[in-house]
Amino acid sequence: MRVMAQMGMVMNLDKCIGCHTCSVTCKQAWTNRSGVEYVWFNNVETRPGQGYPRTYEDQEKWRGGWQVGRNGRLQLRTGSRLKRLLQIFSSPVQPSINDYYEPWTYDYETLTNAPVQEHTPVARPRSLLTNKPMNIEWSANWDDNLGGAPELTQDDPVLKKISAEIKDKFEQTYMFYLPRICEHCINPSCAASCPSGAIYKREEDGIVLVDQDRCRGWRQCVTGCPYKKIYFNHRTGKAEKCTFCFPRVEVGIPTVCSETCVGRLRYIGIVLYDADKVLEAASTPDDRDLYAAQRSILLDPHDPEVIRAAEQAGISRDWIESAQRSPIYALINRFEVALPLHPEYRTMPMVWYIPPLSPVVDALTDTGHDGEDVGNIFGAIESLRIPVEYLAELFTAGDTNLVTGVLKKLGAMRSYMRDLNLGRPADESIATAIGMTGRDIEDMHRLLGVAKYDERYVIPLAHAEQGPGQEEFDSGCSLDYDEGPGMGGWGPFGETSGGSTPIAVENFHMLAARQTADTMAAPGSKDQRVNLLNWDGKGAPEGLFPSRPEDSEALHGPDGGGVGDDSPAVRDPRP
Amino acid sequence: MNALDILLWVVVPYVSLAIFVVGHYWRYKYDKFGWTTRSSQLYESRLLRWGSPLFHFGILFVLLGHVAGLGIPKSWTNAVGLSEEGYHAMAVVTGAIAGFCTLVGLAILIYRRRTVGPVFSATTRNDKFMYVVLTATILFGLSNTVLGALGQEGVDYRDTVSPWFRSIFYLQPRPELMAEAGVGFRLHALSALLLFAIWPFTRLVHVFSAPLGYLTRPYIVYRSRDAQLGTRPVPRGWERVGGGRR
Repeated sequence: MRVMAQMGMVMNLDKCIGCHTCSVTCKQAWTNRSGVEYVWFNNVETRPGQGYPRTYEDQEKWRGGWQVGRNGRLQLRTGSRLKRLLQIFSSPVQPSINDYYEPWTYDYETLTNAPVQEHTPVARPRSLLTNKPMNIEWSANWDDNLGGAPELTQDDPVLKKISAEIKDKFEQTYMFYLPRICEHCINPSCAASCPSGAIYKREEDGIVLVDQDRCRGWRQCVTGCPYKKIYFNHRTGKAEKCTFCFPRVEVGIPTVCSETCVGRLRYIGIVLYDADKVLEAASTPDDRDLYAAQRSILLDPHDPEVIRAAEQAGISRDWIESAQRSPIYALINRFEVALPLHPEYRTMPMVWYIPPLSPVVDALTDTGHDGEDVGNIFGAIESLRIPVEYLAELFTAGDTNLVTGVLKKLGAMRSYMRDLNLGRPADESIATAIGMTGRDIEDMHRLLGVAKYDERYVIPLAHAEQGPGQEEFDSGCSLDYDEGPGMGGWGPFGETSGGSTPIAVENFHMLAARQTADTMAAPGSKDQRVNLLNWDGKGAPEGLFPSRPEDSEALHGPDGGGVGDDSPAVRDPRP
Repeated sequence: MNALDILLWVVVPYVSLAIFVVGHYWRYKYDKFGWTTRSSQLYESRLLRWGSPLFHFGILFVLLGHVAGLGIPKSWTNAVGLSEEGYHAMAVVTGAIAGFCTLVGLAILIYRRRTVGPVFSATTRNDKFMYVVLTATILFGLSNTVLGALGQEGVDYRDTVSPWFRSIFYLQPRPELMAEAGVGFRLHALSALLLFAIWPFTRLVHVFSAPLGYLTRPYIVYRSRDAQLGTRPVPRGWERVGGGRR
């Protein structure tokens, strides 16, 4: 037994309202840079839908992940190592920018610079790749909320696997959101595809990262990842991916997407697994057994033998305790309500999902039945084949029994807890019907419905007690760093070449720029500075705004724009 | 032999090779992050699909040809009984095919770079300069092969260019040999020397990243979290327990 710790996440899809807050905050934190305009480390897809990039789940086309070869051995779907090296000059299955979307901005300046005219000026979209005007035809969530259905949804690769009669009715009966980040797989096919060995899995917490200094931009990982969660930065020529916000997680706080999640549907924790069994589990012949195989490599953190082996493997006591309190272990292995996304890709993903029950309940309530009566719910789950089959294609390689089981548990929990909330005696038969006890159901309800911050996120600290070595610790000279003293700016080989610049040096330059700049922030003489602390809010003291340029025509166009230059009345108010 | 010959065939080669070696060392130390060829496949792949393999496999064979032509002395091939005509025919045929593939591939790639909007806007001045030198070198080289095939070649390059090339590495340069070589060969050599001199500062560094280690390493790479946190090395005396010797 070789015990390793793995950071993972579970998302409760019942609670996702599709608000995209996770995507937006993630983008602000990680990919609001040139070269990754089109990149969303976290994205939220409406299912059924094509996903982002379009139809990424069609592995016949994109060839991501692993497959079991004829000899029963696990191999990448793209073929042998030699074959991939021979294809390195032009990767044959590579999503183009149009499979994601062409990033754009708008001509906002037109809105303020346009001359007086009959019609309101329009900010036209401009491509961020070519800087030319473009038509917006697709984006990361173009088919949000079934927009464009049924024309667009019929290309959903998951829907294509379901029988035809069901397909037609699908979008009238069922819809849910699927937030996706990198799966931080236990058996990552991106890392296995990387010719340079730049993608690695951290020994301590299993987070999969790209070493930007070793990546040479061969793009094989983009093909290798079946979830298409590795992106190519087209300015730097390097692969980038979700980092599980490792700088945050290392100090015990959750990822940005989890922290900002409005529905509080994400759970973060660690699990212990047996690294010796990974290959065997990933090589399981039948796709439908992969869910069980992956669960079987996860180790029970309460088992004394596992604890002893973990300690021998150098896993510290607080990490083992975190594993024992881990919400994701509870959801995966104790309550068995979380399911992996596409286990058939054989990468052993570690971001799991609790399938949504709400649409079933809604459909039931619409028909006038009691949507929380356990008999009704069980009946509806059985009869509403559409969502079950679809969910099974997503989470269990098509095994509908597993999905039905999970949905029944969620339904039983609603029924059981309603009795308690209404002051009725607990109906233990509900619990036994799903093979649980009342106590289990109450625990599960607490974790799914009530759990507070420190129960949803059980994140052990990284052990890095290393005071003086920490970044920007104010001892020593700020120029005393690797390759220093480099004085900011970019190297000569294009975007962000050269070593990284410490924040202290950046601050130094910004301060210097501010002190020497001839702008509003730094008026030429100290007399013009305004102390806002003793400004009463009336009028505009001199220096509060920059002086108006002499040539007002440049601002307002030849027509004059209507504002007189010398009138003090119009001088004061500014937007 | 005059001063110009010494300048062109002794000074320039050594300067160029010195820049090549030291430049790569410096670039690797200074700019590991920029060590890539900035693939443009994301923007366009239909033309790339043809152009890039044609060019790259072509130039790899051209490289092999140069290793044979420049590296193996005439006496060795004579010793194994390869006749002058036989060698010549072989070299010209394979060289012409490989060179032609390279040239066609390069033409497709340059056409693509100029006409596909996003690819063109991702092209730096550095790239353009490199393309000019690279294209010139390939054109001079291919024209030498073609002229040789037509029997227009004045002096056998294996009596002039090759011994001169080897003499550079023996540290006993023989510039007088190059003075005898045809003007085509001299132009080819000079543009190649210029290419070597700019090589470390262009995208061409990706040549030295050929990922041959991939064939032997385990599929999944595990790495411990960096012992060093932040951008600054751990000050002396503050190393973690057991960290200094790992």
